[in-house]
Amino acid sequence: MEFLAQIINGLSLGSIYALIALGYTMVYGICKMLNFAHGDIIMVGAYTLSVAMSTLHFPPFLSILTSMVVCAMLGVIIERVAYKPLRNASPLAVLITAIGVSYFLESSALLIFGSTQRNVQSAISFPSVQLGELNISGNAIMTLIVTIILMIGLNWFINNTMTGKAMLAVSEDKGAAQLMGVNVNFTIAITFLIGSALAAVAGVLFISSYHFVGPYTGAMPGIKAFVAAVLGGIGSVPGAMLGGILLGLIESLAKAYISTQLADAIVFGVLIVVLLVKPTGLLGKKITEKV
Amino acid sequence: MKKNLSKLLALAVIAALALVCFAGCGGDDSQTNAGTENQVFKIGSIGPLTGPASSYGISAKQGAEVAVAEINANGGVAGYTLELLAADDQHDAEKAINAYGNLMDQGMQALVGAVTSVPCIAVTEESHNDGLLQVTPSASAAQAAQYDNCFRICFTDPQQGQHMADYIYSQGITKCAVLYDVSDAYSSGIYEAFDEAYTALGGTITTAESFATGDVDFKTQLTSIKNSGAEGLFMPFYYTEVAYVANQSVDVGLDLPMFGCDGWDGVIDQLNGDTTLVDGSVFLTPFFANATDEKTTAFVAAYQAAYNEVPDQFAADGYDAVYAIAAALEKAGSTDNAALVAAMHEIELVGVTGTMTWDENGDATKSAILARIENGGIVPVVAE
Repeated sequence: MEFLAQIINGLSLGSIYALIALGYTMVYGICKMLNFAHGDIIMVGAYTLSVAMSTLHFPPFLSILTSMVVCAMLGVIIERVAYKPLRNASPLAVLITAIGVSYFLESSALLIFGSTQRNVQSAISFPSVQLGELNISGNAIMTLIVTIILMIGLNWFINNTMTGKAMLAVSEDKGAAQLMGVNVNFTIAITFLIGSALAAVAGVLFISSYHFVGPYTGAMPGIKAFVAAVLGGIGSVPGAMLGGILLGLIESLAKAYISTQLADAIVFGVLIVVLLVKPTGLLGKKITEKV
Repeated sequence: MKKNLSKLLALAVIAALALVCFAGCGGDDSQTNAGTENQVFKIGSIGPLTGPASSYGISAKQGAEVAVAEINANGGVAGYTLELLAADDQHDAEKAINAYGNLMDQGMQALVGAVTSVPCIAVTEESHNDGLLQVTPSASAAQAAQYDNCFRICFTDPQQGQHMADYIYSQGITKCAVLYDVSDAYSSGIYEAFDEAYTALGGTITTAESFATGDVDFKTQLTSIKNSGAEGLFMPFYYTEVAYVANQSVDVGLDLPMFGCDGWDGVIDQLNGDTTLVDGSVFLTPFFANATDEKTTAFVAAYQAAYNEVPDQFAADGYDAVYAIAAALEKAGSTDNAALVAAMHEIELVGVTGTMTWDENGDATKSAILARIENGGIVPVVAE
């Protein structure tokens, strides 16, 4: 019974990682850049939700929508201001800029909201389900369902719509895509828009599970989600889902049965082993570099 | 044009950075009451004013400012007007050393700080060389007052662990689980002392689960604790994590009496006043904001008037630290470092965190107050 309970703990943790990893992997897949500010956009989403609900008294649904719109706009603005001027710079410069953006967002939140964590009433809350001795939190079930729906939706969008196909084209070869009439800047902006809106959803679900938001809320989940995305194969949408869930399960079981102190070491150890055996991650495609 | 635009952008970024810098420095400008007949006695204060631990540093600094303003309004101490010079260490040892150097350059004569343990330990090495009187409001690790010139206002970690072991055992709970922050010296320090004291009393620790600072998911540990057969749960860590644990214990169906340490102060605000999750929990505290004695009510009123918020224990510790230095200055009658340090052992301070004297280790001797959370408020536990 305890084992089953720990599996459920792992699933609920993993589905949050998976949801964040979706945004990471999408931006990486299209733009080939690691948007380290992604975790902090979750924090912005959570703060927006909190302001919309407790200060502006919006109803829950409208608050979630506001949070998504604000994050989507923020994502596009960040791309325009910070990343677009570096489109042809070395990947390292972009990476460092992304870290800078991450610090910028954290410090701005610190200036605006202060360092104390805010308690946010959940926008959406589901009662927990009792199965015999087993207690399954309703929020965990919901996070899992939302993540699966978003993953399927995102996969469909990328493979079946014109914009999605444009994204694929841009991810394969920016120059060639432009020659074929794809508006590269627009496509990348759309990518950031969707990725950041997903981060807002992750923020909302994070809040309904954990109830608190502070300036540094997004940092650690962001890093774990990055690991999840790499584990599943960065650039692959189902891979992000798989990586997130696996990461949550490994973390939870390692904490429960091996050692709480070694849990993170075990998680990252698994990542290293996977990357040694399969460098592209579990579901990553092998890309041959043409010389 | 494009070049110009990017130059403009760069300028804007530099301007924004400069603004942020100035915003950060704004707090340092705390000169008060210049121009009186008195000489000025400069008290430095070091603590995290930005970064994740900033709520502690800001509280301690504000508490110290209230004390300085109060003392100056009453005509100063022994012919001196106090001046507080605040510096930010971002809860980082290296930055604390820099802050210390900076304050010494400005003529600091006594130090309130550092607020958190790790920077404080680093600063003691420097202040020890200079022989400067250092009073830390809240650094509770054993080494934070390792030298003769260092004193502290708060309890030490081992003191807290022992007090709580005694109390929990006396409540008839002989099987207790512990959840602690393994990456934090404060939390593990309390846990180790608790472990020793509780086992010595005859109690059994069913399971000691740990986490690392910054973790927000405790369901795994709580599930293990639930299945360990414990009758109580001791949680020696800060209120932010306590709030997470309280919420998640409902998710895993854990319902045990909870016990805490002085880091719990502030948990009620953190839970937005909804304390049903932690009702009945008992923790150790040095300070009651809603106590009715004259000293506390005066301090709370002055603090609220200045900062529009209720002071927490860090504010109270900062306040008492300044009064301790003032008392030492009065006793010594001179600003000589050695005289000030010697005077600290002779004074008895009636502060807002209790009546205290300082032993040869520089630790405050004062009685522990146990507090119980009841119906959204905190009430003192009457000792049996």
